[in-house]
Amino acid sequence: MKKKKKRSTVSNKYWLLCLSLICVLLMALSFFSEKASGPFRVIANVTVIPMQKGITQIGTWLGDVSDNFQTLKEIQKENDKLQARIDELTVENNNLQEDKYELERLQELYKLDQNYAEYEKVGAHVIAKDSGNWFSTFVIDKGSLHGIKEDMNVMAGSGLVGIVTKVGPTWATVRAVIDDASNVSGMVLTTSDKCIVRGDLSLISSGRIRFEQMENNDNSVEVGDQIVTSYISDKYLQGILIGYISEISVDSNNLTRSGYITPVVDFKNLQEVLVITKTKAEATTEPPAKEKQEPVVSEPKEDVNVNADEAADTEANADIDTNADPDPGTNTDAGAQETE
Amino acid sequence: MKKLKRKRIISTALFVLVCYMLQCTLFPRLTLGSVKPNLMIIVTAAFGFMRGTKEGMLIGFFSGLLMDIQFGNIIGLYALIYLLVGYVNGLFEQMYYDEDIKLPLILTAASEFVYGLTVYILMFLLRSEFNFLHYLSHIIIPELIYTIVVTLGLYPLILFVNQRLKAEEKRSANKFV
Repeated sequence: MKKKKKRSTVSNKYWLLCLSLICVLLMALSFFSEKASGPFRVIANVTVIPMQKGITQIGTWLGDVSDNFQTLKEIQKENDKLQARIDELTVENNNLQEDKYELERLQELYKLDQNYAEYEKVGAHVIAKDSGNWFSTFVIDKGSLHGIKEDMNVMAGSGLVGIVTKVGPTWATVRAVIDDASNVSGMVLTTSDKCIVRGDLSLISSGRIRFEQMENNDNSVEVGDQIVTSYISDKYLQGILIGYISEISVDSNNLTRSGYITPVVDFKNLQEVLVITKTKAEATTEPPAKEKQEPVVSEPKEDVNVNADEAADTEANADIDTNADPDPGTNTDAGAQETE
Repeated sequence: MKKLKRKRIISTALFVLVCYMLQCTLFPRLTLGSVKPNLMIIVTAAFGFMRGTKEGMLIGFFSGLLMDIQFGNIIGLYALIYLLVGYVNGLFEQMYYDEDIKLPLILTAASEFVYGLTVYILMFLLRSEFNFLHYLSHIIIPELIYTIVVTLGLYPLILFVNQRLKAEEKRSANKFV
């Protein structure tokens, strides 16, 4: 009896050793090559994904049912408000249309025809969220079979949600911009000042994101300004709205500014997202636009590096920035919206 | 006998899967202070001290692997953490008896704390996030408390499943004799 017991503990230790070794091996494999995790993703596809989809569907259905009990009055009130808003927006839209035509004409003149507003998108449902409290990742119900690829940008409404980090056959994992490991290169829409938007776990509960390393130059950047993805980012498409500045201050080194952004996306109640089916790499290597576009893009890039080192000649920089600006079609839009 | 073993494996696997499902679909909506409990650590620890090192290890390994596939950065890290949690809890099998609630609570709490600490060290400290006290007071401790509260509800369920399986195995063993 005793012998048997002893043998079983010994074999258990072998088990422990074996499984630990497997884990370490898997870690090493997945660290060095992306392909290692391929089979596992297929396993997830047949086990957990269908159930996650089902549970989420039930959840949404229940949510819809409870929504239907909302009082009619509330909706009517909202309707009135929205009607007024529509009138307002129609006027504004007309103005913007005018501006747009003008912009198109000018862009044609500049041969800088890039319309950032018209990325093709695919809708997807959020079916599961990260199992722990440390990271803000979630799973959507579209995968490589639907044309999703790694590094595709994910939006909800008009704002940036995050980026696809893993793709299975019918699912994909998205890392939100509020995730602690997330770094997005952003810029202020009005002045094109670059900054780094960094997710921070300690800020998640307060619903803000931190931005830092914005150059402390003469451009006035104020609370309420829009921060969008910048043109120097190699993963995020340009001009996607991240959020509005809610706090800004000059760092103690007097060279940079930092502060907080209130994101436009409500990350707590994320149900549907839009995946842009074009990665930045694809967008920038498009053959016809390439030759004309590259010198314009690369020039300010170098400029940024210089500025990071010695942020002294701010005036020259501001000049170049405004020169390099004509690209985002949203620029004039936003200006008009703010004044409205 | 073989059939019984298969039944045991299937029911355990189902239980783990259901808990995992709840963990990533239902509980994100039940967060308190943007913290949700950790069901998987409860399951791993409970099966560990109820059924011994081997099963605790296997359950920890597979539930960790699920997390790795869907949410982890590299496959195998969560699997290793949960595997060790399952094994260490399995070492307490001899001290454990069904009616006792103190030992399970203490073990689950300790596992949860060690888990939080490990995740912090491996995934945050190494990225030079040194504000340990903040993470301790905003993530690790709240998660610990929430998990203990959930353990009070989930543990009897695991116990029930385990006792049912045990009773069935005993009955069929008697039949054979």
